[in-house]
Amino acid sequence: MKLTPTPGQTVGPFFGYALPYAGGEALVDRSHPSAVRLHGTVYDGDGVPVPDALLEIWQPDEHGAISRQPGSLHRDGYTFTGWGRAAVDGAGHYSFTTLEPGSTGPEVAPYVLVTIFARGLMDRLFTRAYLPSEPATLERDPLLSSVPAERRHTLLASRESDGSLRFDIHFQGEDETVFLTYPNTPQFTGPVD
Amino acid sequence: MAEKNTDPDAAVLSQAEIDTEIAAIHAEYRAQRDAGAPVETNARLNFPPYRSSLLRHPTKSLHHADPEDIELHSPAFGHRDVSALESDLTIQHNGEPIGERIIVTGRVIDGDGRAVAGQLVEMWQANAAGRYMHKRDQHPAPLDPNFTGVGRTLTGPDGEYSFTTIKPAPYPWKNHNNAWRSAHIHFSLFGTDFTQRIVTQMYFPGDPIFALDPIYQSITDQAARDRLVATYDHSVSQHEWNTGYRWDIVLSGSNRTWAEQEEEH
Repeated sequence: MKLTPTPGQTVGPFFGYALPYAGGEALVDRSHPSAVRLHGTVYDGDGVPVPDALLEIWQPDEHGAISRQPGSLHRDGYTFTGWGRAAVDGAGHYSFTTLEPGSTGPEVAPYVLVTIFARGLMDRLFTRAYLPSEPATLERDPLLSSVPAERRHTLLASRESDGSLRFDIHFQGEDETVFLTYPNTPQFTGPVD
Repeated sequence: MAEKNTDPDAAVLSQAEIDTEIAAIHAEYRAQRDAGAPVETNARLNFPPYRSSLLRHPTKSLHHADPEDIELHSPAFGHRDVSALESDLTIQHNGEPIGERIIVTGRVIDGDGRAVAGQLVEMWQANAAGRYMHKRDQHPAPLDPNFTGVGRTLTGPDGEYSFTTIKPAPYPWKNHNNAWRSAHIHFSLFGTDFTQRIVTQMYFPGDPIFALDPIYQSITDQAARDRLVATYDHSVSQHEWNTGYRWDIVLSGSNRTWAEQEEEH
């Protein structure tokens, strides 16, 4: 049986009192010895920060294991659930505290799956924030190697001098982020370049 | 295409101008579909009548990815995350909220017809006067001290969910002059694969604003738009208590194989 999926709709401007929750951005405590900050800014087509976007991340732990543990909405401070949610602030900036994910397969470069919702964005967008890795590792990765070379950098998080990972998102423009679509996940962009 | 005012709150255009833009996009879509182009089952990311989308839609085609391990799984939620009381939005304060008490119920299934069991469903909405409990909603309609408008639940073994709430009213916005949103409830859903994740809006049957609402009309195909409209179900209504609506939600097909699915049982 194949059923037609229910369409998505924009998250709108008024999700702020409903979807974000205390601790959503902290997959681990800042005091965790392996804690890393993953942060960035969401930009619109004019290069202006988007103040009403929401991000979710979903990732394996540092060994590449995928958590099957509940508790993301009420964290116990010990269990790594692999999922978090954060709204951007008034300057379009988001911030998560998490672990650097391990690889989930022999040729797979480690990454955090990122989902973006925003007012004005009709349906969620998926992308991947790859960790800075050896060039050979990135070149072998099946997804990265399928992306045109001039756009590949939009999928790579960069290491800041304070050790944090920076991953900006651009809805449009020269550095437009590569957004992903999957088999069985219909998405209609409307006219594209 | 003429230069568009990209300020989403400019509210310069009339409803008639927005209606004309929507009609032109829909007519072009229908012509292409009837000539053999794919039937569109989702909202368009690039839909200019919804002004906030102008600078916030990707301009390049989405990149096809083969789902990997993390994308073939979803986070787990349980009773640690969600209390049973959170599905009743009418009992979150000391008093009863004002408005028409309703139950919205249905099932969450995937594109292969399999129930999505034990997964998180979140919802949020305006109150019976069309006002959100959100500081950015400042239009002159009353807040209800007994209604926040946020609910959560976990789906049952057959994918079923149920919320007890108050019927939300339409509300004004600044997309164009005298713009109103159809009454709706926002829903956030997870599947068994993270790629099935959606946020959407449920509407009520017979809403007179449907044709005027560019967010609803961003779905170019009538059959797809209809999938967001609940049906009145008298068997969900209860004597002297509530009216009832039924809305089933179909997530996209799982990318997993049946064998992988079975391993988890």
